[in-house]
Amino acid sequence: MSKIIVCRCEDVTLSELERALALGYRDLESVKRHTAFGTGYCQGKQCVALCAAYLAAHGGAVGEAPFTPRPPTRPVPLAHLAALAREEGEEP
Amino acid sequence: MTSLGSPTATLPESADYVIVGAGIMGLATAWNLARLADGEARPRIVVIDKSYLCGGASGRNGGGVRAQWSSETNVELMKRSIAIAAEFATRMRINVWFRRGGYLFLARTEARAKELEASAALQREHGLPTRVIEPSEARAIVPELDVSRLVCASWNPDDGVVFPWSFVWGYARAAASLGVSIHTHTEVTDLITEGSRVRGVVTPRGSVRAERVLVCAGAWSPEITRMVGVELPSRPHRHEICASEPLKPFLRPLVGDLESGLYFSQSMRGEIVGGISNARVPEGIDHASSMRFLGLYASALLEAMPRLGSVKILRQWAGCYDLTPDGNPLCGEVDEAPGLYLMSGFQGHGFMIAPIMGELFAKHLLFAEERALFERWNLRRYREGRLLHESMILG
Repeated sequence: MSKIIVCRCEDVTLSELERALALGYRDLESVKRHTAFGTGYCQGKQCVALCAAYLAAHGGAVGEAPFTPRPPTRPVPLAHLAALAREEGEEP
Repeated sequence: MTSLGSPTATLPESADYVIVGAGIMGLATAWNLARLADGEARPRIVVIDKSYLCGGASGRNGGGVRAQWSSETNVELMKRSIAIAAEFATRMRINVWFRRGGYLFLARTEARAKELEASAALQREHGLPTRVIEPSEARAIVPELDVSRLVCASWNPDDGVVFPWSFVWGYARAAASLGVSIHTHTEVTDLITEGSRVRGVVTPRGSVRAERVLVCAGAWSPEITRMVGVELPSRPHRHEICASEPLKPFLRPLVGDLESGLYFSQSMRGEIVGGISNARVPEGIDHASSMRFLGLYASALLEAMPRLGSVKILRQWAGCYDLTPDGNPLCGEVDEAPGLYLMSGFQGHGFMIAPIMGELFAKHLLFAEERALFERWNLRRYREGRLLHESMILG
């Protein structure tokens, strides 16, 4: 079992990527879900290029865009978001 | 090994059943059809999806499984669905992180309190331990909850949450091992017909002729039936959801507020995962995220749990509810198009009810069982003007 880390936030290893490919998950979105790479604190900023390159080199289907980015760009405290909503006068 | 992630295998030319949609509803139905049919007569089943596994609502929901509902049908079905969820890991040999932390529904008005009382009474008649509790008891269950404006709460300790992705994979793997042919990244572009009868599907990778075509496509279902001129009363509704940074486990139940549609729970990864109702979203299928949602959610969550102010939101995403005008689903054969069957319109709780509906749908198709349920939830109720009711829809 490889201890080479490909996603630091979620502790995903290279052997987990290999296993996902062996199971037939070949596109970035599927492999992201199967291994959870890119779903941690940095939301893929550090790992997505590495994982995409690995997939492309091993017969995976990598499109022109990486996986769908998930806002916010960086983690934001709930209190800031609530204050912003009050300023904007948001109502359900 | 069967490929679950990409269309490498050749699409069969014919099948007994073609299922449109490899979400949990389609996969649960496929697995049950394969499992329940007698050995040699095992039907040939093809599941087709235009996207990847977990790409639709099955991979985008909060994972709640609860039996607290206001209608007898939903209470009974969800009781059975939760029983399946509780056994799922052992049976399917996959960890679904099933955690029975209960569901706590908050009432902030007298009217809502009365509604919860009535629903709890009905649930008790069906053997559930649901109780309506005082604000002080709610605070004992969730000490961080601000209960100052609470009238009461409805509490069922047996409800729970699961991790949706592995639930979907569990069904996919089990179905594939029984010979079900699963084809992701393959879009159904038309239906084959003979007169009014539906006889199969057309995709860019070829056509599949089939005795029966089952539409388990969630919010995309109206697009499929429209191919044979059948208009459904259901419509997609974007529902947003978000996850916080992971925290040490502290929150036991899923907390829900039917007034604002706010709900939140703590996942096994430690994240607070939740959402809220938002009436002002674009029409149609839409997976965009909005700032407006984050504001609505953060405001309501901090009102309920003021101590969470410094907790950070890590990521947000969206999925589509499949809403019907009467809050009840559309199930069974379509009168106008024989051979075409629906299993859609589940209002955002399709995930939790799929384990039991997949089983009942398979029994209905194989052995003509469950006629009363499939009559009650048939599309024809809209043609005949006898609509149903459900008041405990969240988000």
